[in-house]
Amino acid sequence: MKATVVAGLNRGARGVGLALGLPVLLFTAWWVFSADSTSIFLPPLSRIVEAFGQVWFSEVFVRDVLPSLRRLAAGYAAALLVGVGVGYLVGRWSVVRDLTSPILAYFRVLPAPVLIPVLLVAVGIGDATKLIVIAVGAVWPILLNTADGVRAVDEVQLDTAAAYRLRAWTRHGLILRAATPQVFAGARQALGISLIVMVVSEMLMSTDGLGFTVIRFQRTFAIPEMWSGVLLLGLLGFGLAKVFETIERRALRWHRGATGREESW
Amino acid sequence: MTTGSRTSAHTRRPAGPTVRRVLGILGLLLAAIGYEAVTRAVFSPLHVPPLTAIAPRAAELLTEARFWTATGRTLLVAAVGLLIALVAGIVVGFAVGSVPWLLRAASSTLDFLRPVPSIVLIPVLVLVLDVAQITVLLVAVSCFWIVLFQVLYGLRDVDQVAVDTARTIRLGRLGRIVHVTWPSVLPYLGTALRLIVSVALALAITGGLVMGAAGLGELIWSSQESGEFTGMYALVLLTGGVGIALDMAARLAERRLLHWHVATRREVAAR
Repeated sequence: MKATVVAGLNRGARGVGLALGLPVLLFTAWWVFSADSTSIFLPPLSRIVEAFGQVWFSEVFVRDVLPSLRRLAAGYAAALLVGVGVGYLVGRWSVVRDLTSPILAYFRVLPAPVLIPVLLVAVGIGDATKLIVIAVGAVWPILLNTADGVRAVDEVQLDTAAAYRLRAWTRHGLILRAATPQVFAGARQALGISLIVMVVSEMLMSTDGLGFTVIRFQRTFAIPEMWSGVLLLGLLGFGLAKVFETIERRALRWHRGATGREESW
Repeated sequence: MTTGSRTSAHTRRPAGPTVRRVLGILGLLLAAIGYEAVTRAVFSPLHVPPLTAIAPRAAELLTEARFWTATGRTLLVAAVGLLIALVAGIVVGFAVGSVPWLLRAASSTLDFLRPVPSIVLIPVLVLVLDVAQITVLLVAVSCFWIVLFQVLYGLRDVDQVAVDTARTIRLGRLGRIVHVTWPSVLPYLGTALRLIVSVALALAITGGLVMGAAGLGELIWSSQESGEFTGMYALVLLTGGVGIALDMAARLAERRLLHWHVATRREVAAR
């Protein structure tokens, strides 16, 4: 929904000014007001930016950032695969839905981070645990949204497909395609969750990774370095959301056309 | 070729409520039996205890004061954070959303800040606040974004004809907010309420896991550290129960709040 907020603003120089105005203002304000800060907890922004370059453009990137991103990608991909697959079954066949609905209702409200100690005990500390935790935390919104989307597919479309005697595979493809807006809504929610679970799992049980490194900086009172890590995590969250939006906009171009809905402020 | 797609029109007719309930219970039983079988066959009972060990422990915990104290603390933290988020989100949302140029100037900043996970603040805040305060703040920040964006969506959805009508009958600015804008935003706030309740619980528990803030999260983590694994599984099981109770409360509140709304009335009529 907010996908087009920035795009809409970019029309014309005034738009660019409006989009950049406040961020630039805030950044400048932070820079100026922190310039002669002597507080160890709030170092000058210039120090943080300097630390950012020193810390993250070094072997730390390979040692800590890449493993984090790899786990995130693998866990998220697994969640997508399982979530869409099982969600399809749940949405398509009412018997499956009735059988699973209490279980799904339970896991929908169970907070994902409590699974970290459980998997820690069940699987042990390791890459696999973190990956599974991310996948298990992220799978529910995808699964439930896919099920809703599949269930809400237009009856007329299904009957038309049946009347044309389309092959079963074609029809499954058709249903899945019609459900993509909901699948994407779930996948976006899951992206945020998987990032949070990744950071928390690294804070709790890791020897490498972004979350671990930030905590280590904090414990050793390397405050500018810690701030730079917080900044990097923020940028990562923002960047992932932007990449997701781009993919979503491309994948759902047909949908905006079909419904005549152009969402913008 | 599956039979399901051949007779799709028939299979998608929903079963009666009794049949569905029976199927649901059957599903739960099957899952419980499956879990029991897998844990007994594959895992060591110490690390992954079977349900027949977890369930009695959970029942035992329900009679212990420390479980209820922890639950109370978690709920209190979640509730305070939630309240802050609701008030702040509504105030900021109305302030920003009803001034077009302000909304345009702020939207890129809001877009940037929203996907930043609130837990990145933990290392920063640990230096200046105590863990309970930080947990409240984590809950508040995460829920704030949801409330804020729901209010903004709601304000965008206000019917222009209704606004013009209100103007015609000379309703003042306050009158328009009370009679036109607020009722249009309320359904969006209902949705927000349902969303933030589970987010609040999740972050209240995360605070306990990561920083040891008193509550369910801390209890779970300490039973893991002291090797009391069955107790930990039982606590996780009960945490889900707390989640279900909160979710039901939120849905009830939403229905109360929106008893006049078309969607609710239709839902009630369909029962």
